[in-house]
Amino acid sequence: MNPFSSSTRLRDMIRSIRACKTAAEERGVVRKECADIRASINENDPHDRHRNLAKLMFIHMLGYPTHFGQMECLKLIASPGFPEKRIGYLGLMLLLDERQEVLMLVTNSLKQDLNHTNQYVVGLALCALGNICSAEMARDLAPEVERLIQFRDPNIRKKAALCSTRIVRKVPDLAENFINAASSLLKEKHHGVLITGVQLCYELCTINDEALEFFRKKCTEGLIKTLRDITNSAYQPEYDVAGITDPFLHIRLLKLLRVLGHGDADASDLMTDILAQVATKTESNKNAGNAVLYECVETIMAIEDTSSLRVLAINILGRFLSNRDNNIRYVALNMLMKAIAFDDQAVQRHRVTILECVKDPDASIRKRALELVSLLVNENNVKQLTKELIDYLEISDEDFKEDLSAKICSIVEKFSPEKIWYIDQMLKVLSEAGKFVKDDVWHALIVVITNASELHGYTVRALYNAVLTYSEQETLVRVAIWCIGEYGDLLVNNVGMLGIEDPITVTECDAVDVIVDAITRHNSDMTTKAMALVALLKLSSRFPSISERIKDVILKQKGSLLLEMQQRAIEFNSIVERHKNIRSSLVERMPVLDEATFNVRRAGSLPASVTTMAKPSVSIPNGVSAAPLVDLLDLGSDDILAAPSSSSGADFLQDLLGVDLGSSSAQSGATPAPKAGTDLLLDILSIGTPSPAQNSTSAIDLLSTADMNNNSSTALDTLSSSAPPHIATTASAGGMFDLLDGLSTSPSKEATNGPAYPPIVAYESSSLKIEFTFSKPSGNPQTTNVEATFINLSPNTFTDFVFQAAVPKFLQLHLDPASSNTLPANGGKVTQNLRVTNSQHGKKSLVMRMRIGYKVNGKDVLEEGQINNFPRGL
Amino acid sequence: QIHFVLLVSRQGKVRLTKWYSPYTQKERSKVIRELSGVILNRGPKLCNFVEWRGYKVVYKRYASLYFCMCIDAEDNELEVLEIIHHYVEILDRYFGSVCELDLIFNFHKAYYILDELLIAGEIQESSKKTVARIISAQDQMVEAAKEEAGSISYIIAQAS
Repeated sequence: MNPFSSSTRLRDMIRSIRACKTAAEERGVVRKECADIRASINENDPHDRHRNLAKLMFIHMLGYPTHFGQMECLKLIASPGFPEKRIGYLGLMLLLDERQEVLMLVTNSLKQDLNHTNQYVVGLALCALGNICSAEMARDLAPEVERLIQFRDPNIRKKAALCSTRIVRKVPDLAENFINAASSLLKEKHHGVLITGVQLCYELCTINDEALEFFRKKCTEGLIKTLRDITNSAYQPEYDVAGITDPFLHIRLLKLLRVLGHGDADASDLMTDILAQVATKTESNKNAGNAVLYECVETIMAIEDTSSLRVLAINILGRFLSNRDNNIRYVALNMLMKAIAFDDQAVQRHRVTILECVKDPDASIRKRALELVSLLVNENNVKQLTKELIDYLEISDEDFKEDLSAKICSIVEKFSPEKIWYIDQMLKVLSEAGKFVKDDVWHALIVVITNASELHGYTVRALYNAVLTYSEQETLVRVAIWCIGEYGDLLVNNVGMLGIEDPITVTECDAVDVIVDAITRHNSDMTTKAMALVALLKLSSRFPSISERIKDVILKQKGSLLLEMQQRAIEFNSIVERHKNIRSSLVERMPVLDEATFNVRRAGSLPASVTTMAKPSVSIPNGVSAAPLVDLLDLGSDDILAAPSSSSGADFLQDLLGVDLGSSSAQSGATPAPKAGTDLLLDILSIGTPSPAQNSTSAIDLLSTADMNNNSSTALDTLSSSAPPHIATTASAGGMFDLLDGLSTSPSKEATNGPAYPPIVAYESSSLKIEFTFSKPSGNPQTTNVEATFINLSPNTFTDFVFQAAVPKFLQLHLDPASSNTLPANGGKVTQNLRVTNSQHGKKSLVMRMRIGYKVNGKDVLEEGQINNFPRGL
Repeated sequence: QIHFVLLVSRQGKVRLTKWYSPYTQKERSKVIRELSGVILNRGPKLCNFVEWRGYKVVYKRYASLYFCMCIDAEDNELEVLEIIHHYVEILDRYFGSVCELDLIFNFHKAYYILDELLIAGEIQESSKKTVARIISAQDQMVEAAKEEAGSISYIIAQAS
């Protein structure tokens, strides 16, 4: 623009960027240009703006940040000249999006330009508004745009119409204001205006029922006539595309007729003739014609039943499906999915062709075809279709196997006529694509297997054979080791042979080999290894003759780098070695898993919402993804609950406790022993690794059952005292006794026991007050229970309230969860229990630093303080 | 509705981007990266549609450039192919057998033409002639303004 300007021209900048050999070089050039542009922006010379913005747009396209140029757009838009406005609006649309606040500043300029005397300036403003307006701008400028729909020049009318579609999309409430203006556009002859007018009507119909009724009553016949006119019109070079007059207008009209005819028999009747005409007369050798046919078929399928038309539509789709053009086949598959809804039989006729499409080299077509096939499956054809799909699974691309195997599994699960068939098919899928199969699928398979008691032998033998060949398929291996663990005896003794089976000879050693293989393979993941270890424990009882070998394998895992494996190995080893008397009862056959319950849980995303006992939602910290397995555990734990009430219950638990004490002394300073005990118990009954939260709840369940039975053996007391999930202390022997004492007493006793200490105000600010009341558990002078009460003194509610505290080394502090994390305004209270253990009891007093965080009106507030006024002698 | 238009060269260089739905700067670069990866790697003779994040991307290659438009899953893919072709024809007429270099050095012109073809992600004009006429009318206004500015600055230059 400016001949005196020192900066490079746009052309030169593009050249120098293109000349760059490396990305670093390009960044250098861009950085320098950006610096120049910034400097130029700071000089505020209006002559350079145009060029600066053009450069910035190019830089923006390369992916560099250009936000500093946003204000330049606004300045250019506000300047009087057309060239400046033109580039300004272009920059606005490219550099900003509707979510930026800067955009609001442009509303006023837009308003002025919408009223400009030059129609091209009005056009620029409409275009910008139509492409990026926000809801707020839409509201502000809707009256201007509505007026412009009636503007004398068609160029403005069409732009205003499309701008209105954006406005009503952003603010559906405004729709009714546009109904009249939009209907006037339908009478236009100018194709651009007509196309945009029809589009606006379509938009209004989809968001506003009144508009739909209005256009249906007033415009259906007119639209049909317009469609007939252009369908029958003589050759018009301006609008002709491959022999079709204005396919774009055709398509828009068919689309609008679709919403008008849908759900209204009268309107549908009116359009039958013209739809039949379009469906039969449109040339289908070029893409444009097929685009129109496609839209026409879609309209025929959406409007009210006119069966002769639907036959026509299905025939067109059949032709599409056998077309050589991939695009046409793709849309055919897409449309056939909708056609199934009203004519399943007609679509079934194309089954063979559709199955071929599943094997197409084109991923897009494969995906569509697979979706369609899964809709075509029913009880009658499931066996044949599944066979085809599984055959293809063997040879398909690796990256398609995930989708394909998921679909096969869902088909098999849904339509399987009998269990043996289901199991067979699932084994095939696991063998071919086991590494892609999702957890819930193989969990479901295990549930089905446990329920098919007559097939246990058959299944475990089939799995054994499969895993020998496909040992790299992780989920196959998992199911196999679970089944071998459970049904290993059936495997080696050929129990429950079916007529179709060939007898096989598997020794106990062979069976264990498979599991040893899984546990030692370096690429087995944690879940597989954990399952293998549990299977070994089971087999040590099922195969007594080789239990020594199994013990060795278990022992080896003591050196595992995975903590979970290490711990289990030690526990299992002590069961094998020292508790032979209970081993067989511990690893008895799993009770049959309840299919119905499993399915309900699988369907519900949150296991917690459907469990019979209120359990916290499960999160497993050590990376074992075993949610449904934990569900299995739930089912199992019903049986645990039954155990203590039976005659052997107390002994059983005592024995277990013995095991724990043994193991906890073996690993010095590990998890508290009673906790490990419950872990162990639950683990044996389950196949996954439950989370600590899970343990503790189960432990509480145990406790409550024990109470009901009035069964107060010491062992149970000890076990129950581990119930609260928050034992932070390490298991040094002394500490453990403290712990037991501290916890076994109930809070009501605490209140009456020991000397009374006066409550204190620990902290007070203008908005918050904290009071502490104290109590001592009997028999343990070192420990103090503190009940903290937080009082909101302000008129605002506190949310996300968190209290944190720190103590010196001679103290140990434990925080229970607070009663709530929200403090209502004006005196709202939250309480939280703290437990402080003073190892220097009698020598030093308590002291504490604390920090409180909460939100007021969404703002974070932090308060800190030190508490020195604890009563002496705590 | 068309959500965005992308022009990407065979080397993966972006030649034009137009966004009709709100995407942040970050999302935009991510979308471009993701899609050009998918589309440039597709073999010839495959269909021109890619399913992506619940949308469909219709693309067509002209010489060294891929023209891509992202639409809703239920939109008419075949029509979008026609829209792409319509745009290419208009560009071709405007530049006189258009090539990638034209679109690099005159990228703003490619945008102006697109703005006469699409607004709010919907087609606005089915006549190539009409688009050409409106564009040339605006180009003339720019030329006229340039001349005027040129002459004034010429006078100032003379005076100083």
